[in-house]
Amino acid sequence: MEFKTVLFYIFATVLIVAALRVISARNPVHAVLFLVLAFINAAGLWVLLQAEFLAMILIIVYVGAVMVLFLFVVMMLDINIERVREGFWRYLPLGAGIGILLAAEMTIVLTGRYFGLENLPNHSFPADYSNTKELARALFTEYYFPFELASMVLLVAVIAAVTLTMRSRRDTKAVDPATQISVKRADRIRLVRMAAEKEQGE
Amino acid sequence: MDQILAPVQALLGPLFPLVWTLLKIVLIIAPLMLCVAYLTFWERKIIGWMQVRIGPNRVGPWGLLQPIADGVKLFLKEIMFPAAADKKLFVLAPIMSIAPALAAWAVVPFSDGWVLSNIDAGVLYLLAVTSFGVYGVIIAGWASNSKYPFLGAMRASAQMISYEIAMGLALITVLMVSSSLNLSDIVRAQDQGRFAAMGLNFLSWNWLPLFPMFAIYLISGVAETNRAPFDVVEGESEIVAGHMVEYSGMAFAMFFLAEYANMILVAAMVSTFFLGGWLSPIGFLPDGFYWLATKMAAVLFFFLWIRATFPRFRYDQIMRLGWKVFIPITLVWILVVGVWMMTPLSIWK
Amino acid sequence: MLNNFVLPDTLPAASEMIVCSMALLIILVDLFVSRSQRWMVSLLTILTLLGAALMTLVTADGQTTLSFGNMFVDDLLADFLKFLTYFAVIMMLIYSRSYLAERGLDKAEFYVLVLFATLGMMVMISAANFVTVYLGLELLSLSMYALVAIDRDSVRSTEAGMKYFVLGSMASGLLLYGLSMLYGATGTLEIGGVAQAVNQSEAPANLLVFGLVFTVAGIAFKLGVVPFHMWIPDVYHGAPTAVTMFLGSAPKLAAFAITMRLLVYGLFGLAMEWQQMLLIMALLSIGLGNLAAIAQTNIKRMLAYSAISHMGFMLLGLTAGVVGGQVDPFTAVNAYSSALYYVVAYVLMTLGTFAMIMLLSRSGHEAELLEDFKGLNKRSPWFAGMMLIMMFSMAGIPFFIGFFAKFSVLLATIKAGYTWVAVVAVIFSLIGAFYYLRVVKLMYFDAPVDTGPLRSDIDMRILLSINGLAVAFLGMFPDTVMSLSTTALVRSL
Repeated sequence: MEFKTVLFYIFATVLIVAALRVISARNPVHAVLFLVLAFINAAGLWVLLQAEFLAMILIIVYVGAVMVLFLFVVMMLDINIERVREGFWRYLPLGAGIGILLAAEMTIVLTGRYFGLENLPNHSFPADYSNTKELARALFTEYYFPFELASMVLLVAVIAAVTLTMRSRRDTKAVDPATQISVKRADRIRLVRMAAEKEQGE
Repeated sequence: MDQILAPVQALLGPLFPLVWTLLKIVLIIAPLMLCVAYLTFWERKIIGWMQVRIGPNRVGPWGLLQPIADGVKLFLKEIMFPAAADKKLFVLAPIMSIAPALAAWAVVPFSDGWVLSNIDAGVLYLLAVTSFGVYGVIIAGWASNSKYPFLGAMRASAQMISYEIAMGLALITVLMVSSSLNLSDIVRAQDQGRFAAMGLNFLSWNWLPLFPMFAIYLISGVAETNRAPFDVVEGESEIVAGHMVEYSGMAFAMFFLAEYANMILVAAMVSTFFLGGWLSPIGFLPDGFYWLATKMAAVLFFFLWIRATFPRFRYDQIMRLGWKVFIPITLVWILVVGVWMMTPLSIWK
Repeated sequence: MLNNFVLPDTLPAASEMIVCSMALLIILVDLFVSRSQRWMVSLLTILTLLGAALMTLVTADGQTTLSFGNMFVDDLLADFLKFLTYFAVIMMLIYSRSYLAERGLDKAEFYVLVLFATLGMMVMISAANFVTVYLGLELLSLSMYALVAIDRDSVRSTEAGMKYFVLGSMASGLLLYGLSMLYGATGTLEIGGVAQAVNQSEAPANLLVFGLVFTVAGIAFKLGVVPFHMWIPDVYHGAPTAVTMFLGSAPKLAAFAITMRLLVYGLFGLAMEWQQMLLIMALLSIGLGNLAAIAQTNIKRMLAYSAISHMGFMLLGLTAGVVGGQVDPFTAVNAYSSALYYVVAYVLMTLGTFAMIMLLSRSGHEAELLEDFKGLNKRSPWFAGMMLIMMFSMAGIPFFIGFFAKFSVLLATIKAGYTWVAVVAVIFSLIGAFYYLRVVKLMYFDAPVDTGPLRSDIDMRILLSINGLAVAFLGMFPDTVMSLSTTALVRSL
């Protein structure tokens, strides 16, 4: 067996085990960490396919940023895993049915005319082949339009997040120290000059 | 070299690449660990001198055996497990924190051709591996099941992600001007230009034309390693020692080693990306590893210097600096460099 | 590879570029204008849309042009729909100006999100590739989720945003899954290429049908037809009325466009299959929408159910394109243009109706209950008349625009041989007429609860009057819009 094949089986096995543990782990933090492990192994598989850019980006973006934030949130939530699991057996038949359907459909696609294993181009590139450059060329020429649109989608996500979270809450009682100390006497006190009043009824 | 190795190769047969690679790894890691040990000593000495103290001077001549003594002490101490800790993750955390600090060295070129793995996606590999580092801190914070470590972990994850973005964006300009992701090629690309032709090579390095990026990368590097003045993660006066509170003995030492190994790594990165790596500053002097070592030492001295000089930033100030100052500057400078490269004034032809 | 790359022709997408760059500019402008100069942002947004409309008008040459590597199509249908979209959005902005200002919602983010949503609709309308269909849809949906939840101090608005987000993401997932199945079956992402592969029956039929089911489900969610209608009442009810108006008007045009692009252009070869699905959904929507609307006391919820039934009617038009497996160009154009006419009429009526709700609302009071319309005739006979026109038109009473929309759809259905369908649809719209006429009864025969005069800006009054008169008079001359719709379709098919 070639060394690459051995590596493939190692990565694939760990990937599947980790993925199964993601859904079976009792502790949500463990589940997230298993997901990280699954991502790392998926990146390993991509490296074996000579798609080094995708592999590294998977790690930089998903492992390095997305999953960290995920962990951030999961760690702060008090998730009662027993309650989440309550309906497990009740929903299992439906879930399994959908899962089997999706798997069947993917099988049809992946054995079909266009994406069957025998119809894919042979992947063996010279050592100086740069996956990164090829991707960049495709993105900035052929896929320029959707690439720019995707950037707009991300921008909208940023604007939406800021709009929905940045607001002055009406119920907050926090005081801005800067405005507090810059208060002048005139802001607080109003001197009123008025004539002395005579008492009535005498 | 090949002739010397030929009999060994014949002896080991198919196992030779494995053994040879492991040997090379040891050749990198062992001196690195020694450097880490003496960096801690150097730090204490320098800060001592800056604060008009003497610094460690008891163990060995001029205190030179101090780091060895510290190491032995930590080795012999018991590792304590908090009662409510998640044991497996508690052990995993220090490993997760030191492993990336060491793994990143695989792509660092020490001199022309002296690199463990000369891969084309070297920069991507570096970014990927260093982005793991934050997991050590987060897992430590969570697994300790205690409030200070948890706060430290929260601070760390926010801070490291924020500054990773600035670092990544600063690197993009370097990639643009050297049009390669290979670290050796990035160094070689700094060896050409008008000044290099005049023999003033140090003016051709990336630090001058990309000066804002150089500054941002350097400062973000300090923040990325959670060093002062960005050390709110372990701010002693606020949250005791952050994620490391519950650790003792060798487990604690691992975090310590990881921090210093990361510092040396960042120094190596700054030297490679902006200071011309192994290249000599003046045309007639020969290139070589000693130049890289000198540059790294200078950058490390800078790290120690600012630690002794600046007070700790407040947390919101750190976030503001990262998101509202560094990221906009890098984005603008990427545009500037892009336009610059397209004009006839481009110096990177 | 780089050497034989030809720069794409960007002129067909000029209006997209205007909207996009102005949206970016408006975010920046907002940083430098003070609270009292907010009107500038609103004005800039309207000017942007007018500029885009002008650009679309100038570049409309009736030719079908593909650009950006066959990902973008500019044809007469696209120009027509985009033009309507701009005006629907402009009308929405003018109607909602004081409504937003009174509630402190007139932030620049609102206008920017509206512009991005408009951009998303434009991309959907001009999509010639699965990638652009999906990206346009996401751009629209993301902006919409944020807009629905934009009133963060209102629990209902936030909840509606959350519901819309969760269900909408699921629908996007369904659509994406369906599209990827189609890609797996045909090996291409281009809608034209898919059509070719389907026509030459190269693609495996089972895969195509799988893909079709998911795609139709995704589209049905966006249109809001039964059984994918659950989000509509809650979102219409919870969102600020201005956003509801936006949600209920222009996106229907875009949803119609992707239905045309995906089903009629891309999967015409499978017309018999998807017509069945659409027919079932259409009948269920008409039935459920009309019955459920009767039980509502909240007029926004009532209009939500009415939207479901109207979209069902629109789908009826699409099911009548291919009869008995025979493709007759005349029947097809007739059916699709009746559906297009229906959407246009519906958008016009929706804008007017929601404008009435905003007209009656004041700061701190939402006129969203049926009771708020009581005795409107005594307060303002003119606007009571406008509401009367809208309600009559929605109910399909001759001779308003809504009547001819229903009439042409039913005619197409009968021509396609589905007489029983037409009968069922008529029965349900007669039932539905009840709740529209109830509003009329409340306005004219009940005593007003609130006797204060209506307060609103003059521009809103003028626009609402024009809108109402358009609904009335376009009904008298149905041929104008109908022939425009037909021309747009004929020139683009």
